[in-house]
Amino acid sequence: MESKKEIKTKAPVFFDSKETIDGDIATINFGPTHPATHGIFQNILKVDGEKIISSEQTVGYIHRAFEKLAERRPYNQITPITDRLNYCSSPINNMGWHMTVEKLIQAEIPKRVQYMRIIIMELARIADHLICNSVVGVDSGALTSFFYPFNQREKIYELYEEVCGARLTTNIGRIGGFERDFSPEFHRKLKEFLRTFPKEFNEFDSMLLRNRIFMDRTKGTGAISAERALAYSFSGPNLRATGVDYDVRAMNPYSSYEDFDFTIPVGVNGDTYDRFCVRQEEIRQSIRIIEQAYSNLPEGSYKADIPEFYLPPKEDVYNQMEALIYHFKIVMGETEIPVGEVFHSVEGGNGELGFYLISDGGRAPYRLQFRRPCFIYYQAYPEMITGQTLSDAVLTLSSMNVIAGELDA
Amino acid sequence: MDTGMLIEKFILVVIIFLISLGIAAYSTYFERKLAAWIQDRVGPDRAGKFGLLQPIADGVKMFFKEDFIPKNSDRWLFIMGPGISMFTALITSAIIPWGPNIQAFGRTIELQVADFNIGILFIFGVVSLGVYGIMIGGWASNNKYSLFGAIRASSQMISYELAMGITLITIILMSGSLSLSEIVDKQHGMNWNIFYQPIAFIIFFVCSLAETNRAPFDLPECESELIGGYHTEYSSMKLGLFLFSEYVSMFISAAVISILFFGGYNFPGMDNFSGNTLALLCVLAFFAKIFMFIFIFMWIRWTIPRFRFDQLMHLGWKTLIPLSIINMLVTGIVIAFYQGWF
Repeated sequence: MESKKEIKTKAPVFFDSKETIDGDIATINFGPTHPATHGIFQNILKVDGEKIISSEQTVGYIHRAFEKLAERRPYNQITPITDRLNYCSSPINNMGWHMTVEKLIQAEIPKRVQYMRIIIMELARIADHLICNSVVGVDSGALTSFFYPFNQREKIYELYEEVCGARLTTNIGRIGGFERDFSPEFHRKLKEFLRTFPKEFNEFDSMLLRNRIFMDRTKGTGAISAERALAYSFSGPNLRATGVDYDVRAMNPYSSYEDFDFTIPVGVNGDTYDRFCVRQEEIRQSIRIIEQAYSNLPEGSYKADIPEFYLPPKEDVYNQMEALIYHFKIVMGETEIPVGEVFHSVEGGNGELGFYLISDGGRAPYRLQFRRPCFIYYQAYPEMITGQTLSDAVLTLSSMNVIAGELDA
Repeated sequence: MDTGMLIEKFILVVIIFLISLGIAAYSTYFERKLAAWIQDRVGPDRAGKFGLLQPIADGVKMFFKEDFIPKNSDRWLFIMGPGISMFTALITSAIIPWGPNIQAFGRTIELQVADFNIGILFIFGVVSLGVYGIMIGGWASNNKYSLFGAIRASSQMISYELAMGITLITIILMSGSLSLSEIVDKQHGMNWNIFYQPIAFIIFFVCSLAETNRAPFDLPECESELIGGYHTEYSSMKLGLFLFSEYVSMFISAAVISILFFGGYNFPGMDNFSGNTLALLCVLAFFAKIFMFIFIFMWIRWTIPRFRFDQLMHLGWKTLIPLSIINMLVTGIVIAFYQGWF
């Protein structure tokens, strides 16, 4: 009994210091485990009533040292790491990484693989934007708008499952292509998805887009000008919402994006509402791209002819000497990598996702740097919410789609 | 006062108490089912047939949770908060006229616990007290998010009570009485106030959403900004009482709206019945109206987003109050005109 009492008095007690509670200004911790941050990041806000006077952000709560980890891993083993960056659209990260390595080894990628990649990447973009926009709905109090898009996202995850067997951290595809061709079930599900999605997406659209309360909540809040956004080097939907029509898919096409006809929606004010609208329109454009890619899907192989990087089929490994050698070299990470330095960027779910890769010819990259859009957005976050209310801060964070996994890497 | 009356009032009090609690408990179930229906889900279906035992399972769960009181909280106020909320939510049911008199055991029994001649004022007094539960609870938690919730709750209640009170004056002007049973009697048959005072009804309805802290006015507890608002630090049945009192006050609000604007227990064609049949049908009609309003409350909650705090104040002070004052003035002038003052 006595010892119990002693422990009680020794326990740390955090009283509010005088200036935080007695004065007009209070300091509150917005995060790291706040339900609205959707991930682990902290903001120390100084608030005067509801109004935010200053904000200071902390990063690194789930830092997993991906760039350092990558320096010890063979190239094909880095793909699962990229899953964990922006886990809402991991196929884009996977394929961005594959394309970076293909650029380094200068592999010739068949047209069919490029189109297949585009179908998967645009599905991932739809899933990413759906999550972001439905979460904007949740944070503005409309919980129902969360469930409608999630039915659709579930269908996209089922499509991933047909291709790679996984749902969230997909590890989809290989360096040089895919591990297998699209299955008949995938074709069926994709056709079904393309048929039903636009109608059900319009339902979600009509729930929020012209809702008076939602518009009042989001218009003019969390705005950033095009100049400031460019100064921070914003990209993706958050930059396009400010009126800059920069999209990697159009400006620097990769994986045959130049074959497709799609428009790049831009906003005007760069506020939460514009970000919402830009994402909604991008989902429609992604559907257009998928339809084009699927109807023009070329015949051919689902993998590039690069035996020193692409694992040979198991029956060849057991029966042919060359296949066995390649298998051994790939698995042990002993393949010849050219010395070089490449940068490749893809239009990720929420911005330009770049991979800066330096190879010194060893089994693992000498240095790998991810250009993570969330890291950039989060730096601008205090500027965007200063002078706004606490409720706006929540909506701004969710409408920028800052994913903790990508922020901290 | 005879013993028979005491017994009959006592039985009525117990019945109303049980009905209020029962309806509040089953509104939680109904709300979850309705939300599931709106959101294309299944909803609770594990406890009992169609999940009908879910409220009981929830209650049992709440009771068996650890009852945690934060070290730096004000212990007694912390315990008092949920109690006040629950008490004020329940006490309002005392003066609601549930139906016309019934004849039983050779007596005439009123279906109203207490027929005050200031019934409406009593309701507003008690409902205003309800904010103390939230305020004391939020303040005593010694948590900034709770405090935010408590401040939001109190300023919201004060702002919306004004518009609500002014709207009420129009109803009092219409019926010429403060007693709820007289207000109901004035709306005999289909002579409901809603047909004379549609604007007042809309204002009153919006205000009662705000008074019961329901969406889109659930700012005191909005989980996305303030975590749980005033009940962030609460656990176990204390949290249960807070959540439960919200449903009780929703039930009472629905009843008050039905009384003031939808004729209470009156229904069209009621003159064809008499005696206990009439009383029974009246009670049924009254509950049908209450359930309809509970349904509308829930429907709104699962459909539209939440206001921001400044927009809430803007709506309350700059829209609803001027509108209700104009409505009151017009009503007064029209009534004065009909009574031959001019």
